Amino acid sequence: MNQTSFNNLLEVKDLSVHYGAICALHGISFELKPGEIVTLIGANGAGKSTTLKTISGLVKSSSGKIKFQDQDLNGIPAHKIAGLGISHVPEGRKPFSNLTVYENLRLGAYNTNNKAEIDAAMTRVFESFPRLKERLAQSAGTLSGGEQQMLAMGRGLMARPKLLMLDEPSMGLSPILVSEIFAIIKEINEQGTSILLVEQNANMALSIAQRAYVLETGSIVLSGNAQELREDPKVKSAYLGE
Amino acid sequence: MTYFLQQLINGLQLGFVYALIALGYTMVYGIVRLINFAHGDVFMIGAYFGFYLLGRFKLPFPLAMVGAMLGCAILGITIEKLAYKPLRNAPRIAALITAMGMSLFLEYFTSLKFVFGPNYLAYPRPFPIVNFNLGGVTLSNIQIIVFGVAIFLMVVLQIFVAKTKTGMAMRAVSFDKQTAQLMGIDISRIISITFGIGSGLAGAGGVLYGIAYPQINPFMGVMPGLKAFVAAVLGGIGIIPGAMLGAIIMGVVEVMTAAFVSSTLRDAVAFGILIIVLLIKPTGILGKPAAEKV
Repeated sequence: MNQTSFNNLLEVKDLSVHYGAICALHGISFELKPGEIVTLIGANGAGKSTTLKTISGLVKSSSGKIKFQDQDLNGIPAHKIAGLGISHVPEGRKPFSNLTVYENLRLGAYNTNNKAEIDAAMTRVFESFPRLKERLAQSAGTLSGGEQQMLAMGRGLMARPKLLMLDEPSMGLSPILVSEIFAIIKEINEQGTSILLVEQNANMALSIAQRAYVLETGSIVLSGNAQELREDPKVKSAYLGE
Repeated sequence: MTYFLQQLINGLQLGFVYALIALGYTMVYGIVRLINFAHGDVFMIGAYFGFYLLGRFKLPFPLAMVGAMLGCAILGITIEKLAYKPLRNAPRIAALITAMGMSLFLEYFTSLKFVFGPNYLAYPRPFPIVNFNLGGVTLSNIQIIVFGVAIFLMVVLQIFVAKTKTGMAMRAVSFDKQTAQLMGIDISRIISITFGIGSGLAGAGGVLYGIAYPQINPFMGVMPGLKAFVAAVLGGIGIIPGAMLGAIIMGVVEVMTAAFVSSTLRDAVAFGILIIVLLIKPTGILGKPAAEKV
């Protein structure tokens, strides 16, 4: 499974994270190749969100390495990591509720002032999420849960990231909306954006990902081809409810 | 009736000066959730900057104004970097006590003989006073300048916050710092800009106060600072139009109390308002109850 490092867009090696005395991640390693959808699945508290937060710089690691396009991310502040081409769509979507939909999207492209670039990015976002276009002037706090998820993803895409990290995009959404969102994730990936997907809804995540890692209390306990993991009896009983 | 209108104009004059101070309180609170008690002293130092620029350097009024605003902006940014930034992740009470300490430091340091000195100083008059009589109500050119400058600055601030990318970023940071960083927003830079703008406005307020109430000393910022803080709470702390509204109410109420009730009660009424607001609507006039859609 291991390949030479320059084949990887993202490479996480022996990453450990502590919150005070509590160890949230015990030296996990994984990688993501350009163009892939990789999913981290696992129960609540397994360390999935912590992994994403550490990659995006919100949480400091205690040891280990994170490399993005062969660049070591250690010590780079979160706002600069965003500028390198990593967009993190946080758990709970976290729209700026006091801002309009337009302003949320505009801030997604905070690092650029180029009007043409911003317009192009916004046009692309509207292709995936036409509903946002109708709501541009509305305050983001008034959107429904599904629309907020679309806004959060659209905002993440505004920076035209190479890697889009999605934390629980299915959370709190109806099954119909979940399928809709996952279809869009697949489409975004097909247009060339690599995706690191964190999900509790393992079934959906495994259905669109190429590869998957199973996290359990801060360690990776299983990994492999998403289709194969879906058939794995351990995964089936623990995460797919079969 | 003309007496009432006259007092209303006087109240608005005071209210607009309070508004310029209150904006800094409310903006800083909105971004870092800190009541910057040194803010009234930045206002005082702004008055002194104006004093020297007008009196010693004989600069024309607009230049002195800009100079005092820039000086205060730099002062505010420096205070934040030195005193508050190291405490950003400390419990809030630590930063609050530091703000009080910074306030006392600025008051007593500037009282030293080789700084501003402890005495009252008469403020220079950049231009002769002209009074306009409008049907029995007197409006001075100083009042016109106070209104004009204050309204101009508030409009510019509103446009800046509502329309520019940095203004959007300020609102985003005030709502959610973590997510703001994920957009690529440098939180420290936004905090500096906020302190700079807030302090610059206080500096403008100091100069206007100096020409309107022409006597200054190093403790002149204490009461206006407190009243502006009350004004910010009254309007809804963290809400920019709230600070303007609260300050204008405070100024008018204070002057009206002095004119129609008793001038010894003016401060009691001003702070009484704070107590009543906190009892009836703790989030302030324009404040919304803290509810978020998840």
